[in-house]
Amino acid sequence: MHTLGTELNPLRIAIVGSGPSGFYAAEELLKSSMAVSVDMIDRLPSPFGLVRSGVAPDHPKLKMPIVVFDKVAQMPGFSFHGNVTVGQDISVEALQKTHHAVIFTCGAQTDRKLGVPGEALAGSHTATEFVGWYNGHPDYRHLNFDLSQEVAVIIGQGNVAADVARALSKSVDELRTTDMAEHAIEALAKSRVREIHIIGRRGPAQAKFTNKELKELGELTGCSAEINSGGIVLNDESLVEIESKTNFIAAKNVEIMRSWTQNAATNGNKRIVFHFQQSPVKLVGTDRVQQIILEKNNLKGPAFDQQAYGTDEQEILNCGLVFRSIGYRGVPIPGVPFDEKKGTFPNSAGRINNARGLYTAGWIKRGPSGIIGTNRADALETVATLLGDLESLERDPKPGFSAHFSTLENSKVKVVSYQGWQRIDAEERRRGELKGKPREKITDIAEMLSIAS
Amino acid sequence: MPHVVTDNCQRCRFTECVVTCPTACFHGDADMLYIDSVACIDCAACVTACPVRAIYELTDLPEDKAHWGPINAERAMILPIVDHKQEPLSTANARRTELGY
Repeated sequence: MHTLGTELNPLRIAIVGSGPSGFYAAEELLKSSMAVSVDMIDRLPSPFGLVRSGVAPDHPKLKMPIVVFDKVAQMPGFSFHGNVTVGQDISVEALQKTHHAVIFTCGAQTDRKLGVPGEALAGSHTATEFVGWYNGHPDYRHLNFDLSQEVAVIIGQGNVAADVARALSKSVDELRTTDMAEHAIEALAKSRVREIHIIGRRGPAQAKFTNKELKELGELTGCSAEINSGGIVLNDESLVEIESKTNFIAAKNVEIMRSWTQNAATNGNKRIVFHFQQSPVKLVGTDRVQQIILEKNNLKGPAFDQQAYGTDEQEILNCGLVFRSIGYRGVPIPGVPFDEKKGTFPNSAGRINNARGLYTAGWIKRGPSGIIGTNRADALETVATLLGDLESLERDPKPGFSAHFSTLENSKVKVVSYQGWQRIDAEERRRGELKGKPREKITDIAEMLSIAS
Repeated sequence: MPHVVTDNCQRCRFTECVVTCPTACFHGDADMLYIDSVACIDCAACVTACPVRAIYELTDLPEDKAHWGPINAERAMILPIVDHKQEPLSTANARRTELGY
């Protein structure tokens, strides 16, 4: 039999998910010294995961990795198969029959819940829904957000919270030239949101913003960044934290927030108000959210491991919109071990535990942390593990994904190739050009499929 | 503004940063790494990856390190890309201790 990883028996890998971790894994595999064939599968007709549908429209530079991904897609041995849901249109078991290994890079697709009464009231949303909506993700395009409300609350203090706050506070003239979906621009043009409260369960030293994203919130036109009446208060442990030489991001965040303590609402300005050491305990309203009840927290524990504990001291904040942005969870796929607690696929250095030939990278591997580049380091680790496991993988030649085409066709699944995606891409750019924006995303799957074919 | 590698990288060259770069911006010589200011997308993933705080955004550079901006731009243009982890320099751990990290 021909040696695995040679021309006559190429190492055939299926990658499930086409976001950053998938593309960086593909690149690493295709640049290895072996003959490798990569079949990248995505449930959407479009690739690039959160770089396309997560990164904020007003941060176009952060979408530049798409240029890298596009080069990977042109490498010999790479194929894209869009509009195919693994676990539904095709089973993991079927993929294992046609590939030597499967790498799951499908991210963390659901939000963590607050777990408080009233969470399901109208006007209470996940940040994912809002971000997906303004980014033209087909799953979220039909959602409605009542932007006639004047006060919005965002629970969570990380970069996604910052993205949501900017989308709500920037003028539509600033957003019109971005690739924000037309339906979102139209809705935001009528927005009456004036006040955006960003709530963190711990203190300013524990906020998860990166410096650039936080600083940007203080530099918006027509909007002031403010610290609520609680001010910037740091306990001894938090002082230890920000004085630590390696914790300079947190120190800089505190410095940025300190520069806002004298800011106050000015006439006509929108406001972004930061609240610390508060947790929502209840959302209140008759038909929809009208109030959020926040409980004051104390921090307890040693520096770098301080946890928030409720004090029973409560505050009522009137608001008409609530977005929760407190983390994400992966969703299980039939045939793959799943850690219910963490919402990830349990693994060692990317090798999924107790499953031969199954690997994982990105958020579904380690949980939802880090930024685009973090997933490159993560994917490289997984590929190194996989290539080190060659001896234990099946050695027989495998047919690859094309073996599934007829089955998929029979079940009316229209598979979108990379060329098909390029046709969608060209049409999106063409529509964007007419409006003076980089692209106008096509948000309807049926329309995407018809353009792709 | 792009990010810049400064003198803390010298005698270290841990290369932890290069695997976190989404656009393969790092170039290197035997002494240290440099960032291609055109390819850098300012994501700052490398800033926290560096164990000795050698990387700053151009606008955040301390005054005494300001000259590293142009040095990065020039050196990156002529040096090869480093996008995989390499062995740190033999002096790396001593240097790290000396720098207080």
